[in-house]
Amino acid sequence: MRTVYLDNNATTQVAPEVVEAMMPFFTERYGNPSSMHDFGGSVGKVIEDAREKVAACLGAEQASEILFTSCGTESDNTAIRSALLSRKGRKRVLTTRVEHPAVLNVARQLEREGFDVTYLPVDRDGLLDLDLLREKMDAEVALVSVMAANNETGVIFPFEEIARIAHEHDALFHTDAVQAVGKIPIRLADSDIDLLALSGHKLNAPKGIGALYIRRGQRFRPFLLGGHQERGRRGGTENVPGIAALGKAAEIAAEHVCDERTRVRALRDRLEAELLKIPGTRLNGHKEQRLPGTSNVSFKNVEGEAILLMLNQEGICASSGSACTSGTLEPSHVLRAMGVPFNFAHGSVRFSLGRYNTDADVDRVLEVMPPLIARLREISPFRD
Amino acid sequence: MAWDYTDLVKQHFFSPRNVGKIEAPDGAGQVGSIACGDALSLTIKVDGATDRITDAKFQTFGCGSAIASSSMLTEMVKGKTLDEALSITNQDIAAALGGLPAEKMHCSVMGREALEAAINDYRGVKAKAEEEKDEGRIVCNCFGIAEGKIRRVIREDNLRTVEDVTNYTKAGGGCGSCTAQIEEILEDELGKKAAEEAAVQPARKRLRTNLERINLIQEVLDNEVRPILQKDSGDLDLVDIDGHRVTIRMVGHCSGCRAAGLTTGWIEDKLREIVDPNISLEVLEE
Ligand code: FES
Repeated sequence: MRTVYLDNNATTQVAPEVVEAMMPFFTERYGNPSSMHDFGGSVGKVIEDAREKVAACLGAEQASEILFTSCGTESDNTAIRSALLSRKGRKRVLTTRVEHPAVLNVARQLEREGFDVTYLPVDRDGLLDLDLLREKMDAEVALVSVMAANNETGVIFPFEEIARIAHEHDALFHTDAVQAVGKIPIRLADSDIDLLALSGHKLNAPKGIGALYIRRGQRFRPFLLGGHQERGRRGGTENVPGIAALGKAAEIAAEHVCDERTRVRALRDRLEAELLKIPGTRLNGHKEQRLPGTSNVSFKNVEGEAILLMLNQEGICASSGSACTSGTLEPSHVLRAMGVPFNFAHGSVRFSLGRYNTDADVDRVLEVMPPLIARLREISPFRD
Repeated sequence: MAWDYTDLVKQHFFSPRNVGKIEAPDGAGQVGSIACGDALSLTIKVDGATDRITDAKFQTFGCGSAIASSSMLTEMVKGKTLDEALSITNQDIAAALGGLPAEKMHCSVMGREALEAAINDYRGVKAKAEEEKDEGRIVCNCFGIAEGKIRRVIREDNLRTVEDVTNYTKAGGGCGSCTAQIEEILEDELGKKAAEEAAVQPARKRLRTNLERINLIQEVLDNEVRPILQKDSGDLDLVDIDGHRVTIRMVGHCSGCRAAGLTTGWIEDKLREIVDPNISLEVLEE
């Protein structure tokens, strides 16, 4: 059976060009970039080349603003910890209720350490109220951390404007842009963004590589202490194949933003429009202000895990914000923050499309979904 | 979290048996709610003359294991007398499916509760699960779970950690603010259990003579076993004690009961636990 992969917000296929770019660093060019000999030392140039490509993809001013990490989570954790240390004395942090756990769980930990964290609410469409954000700002705020785009609904936040608001109060601004990079244009040089986290495997690079943008001149405290790698900003021998891969992936992603905005979006829109024709469905997240490939649709009175199991049987991969798939027993914190009613929240399915999806993928889902939902509704005790 | 479902769970999920609602059922049980993320509605037909369940149908809102547990439950109860059906535990449902992932055990608990509710509805008795709703304070607000239920499941399923309690009841699986209370309840229950075991232990050690053993066996049967059988209108006669071999005869409702195998296994365990680990139980047919 052919696999139809519509879970690109979870992870992506590594692009063949990316695989090619990283292979030599497993085989003939396995030297340690910190070595004195040419065999290793020459690998260092590859790292710098990748840094430039990532910087270019983000529209950063200088390549030196890019720090390679192991993943998006490390980038987020490092960014938040470093920011707080460089705004010592300030005890407030502003974030949102719908952040990824890589931010949310750090925020909770900060509360235990005596920080005062404000979790901004979102409205029914998953959007933030910027007036409320302005209201909450004061001279005590050390850091504002707001994601660029939500992983579950794809809703895009006005992160550039939020960064400006943060700077008006001399607070730092960090954004978890793991879902946004490669899908929407980003130009850091002209923005007030101080720190930005990204993850390789969300943009067709492998897992285990991430990057953190740190605005030039911004004070920085390393999270991993060790050798002098990354100019002392992150100890640990560099993941050279991963870095080479991320460089290549960033290069392709920059070219690909246009394809996301046109082709991928059209696929998503067709899928979504047809799914929403099934009675008792709703879209979760703002209709327009959304990543081009993400569609989060809820099916009333059926449970998400059951839908995913049936899709899985048909070779279709998607995700759910339903309780049963999340490890906790409550439906997704994002859907709850948006006030999605329980009978919808438990039955949410996220389809996330990417570079390798085609019309045939959408056709397949549209063939399978309506009878599948009808069958589960037949079993369900709730109907109206 | 990837699915770790047995083939049987998958079979019952993809082709559930007995889906639907019996028109004019003799008994109906509803548990769970849409807010909790799973709900089960069970309807049964009962043959008044034989007290046997002749038909059972279900409707479930929930994940793969919830649907599979409900389907399996309806298969298990059909043809059983009400008492036999009531002796089915949530562990039995899970076992019949070849096991459920630990974090999905609450699905089997839901099945057991719906069954009890349906039978009690037929008998006109208030369901235990419902009594628990009134009984004691609500410990977990996220899922509306009362202390009574938590205590019962800890005892019945031998739970040892807060995580177990969450897996079996969902309590603690939401915001998590009730976990400290669950821990207290757990400590209390485990403490009680330890005390009970400690009380039993010396008894086992004191046994010196054959006579002492015979007396203790009689004591266990009279005080621990028979009251429970009598609750279900059953009983037993002690026929003989020969060394480590204890012979009994089941009487009343217990004789010929389909669940008799389970019951006698339990009696043997009790005797081994309290009197002597070498005891074997023999059951004479009436
Ligand atoms: S009150 Fe128990 S999990 Fe929220």
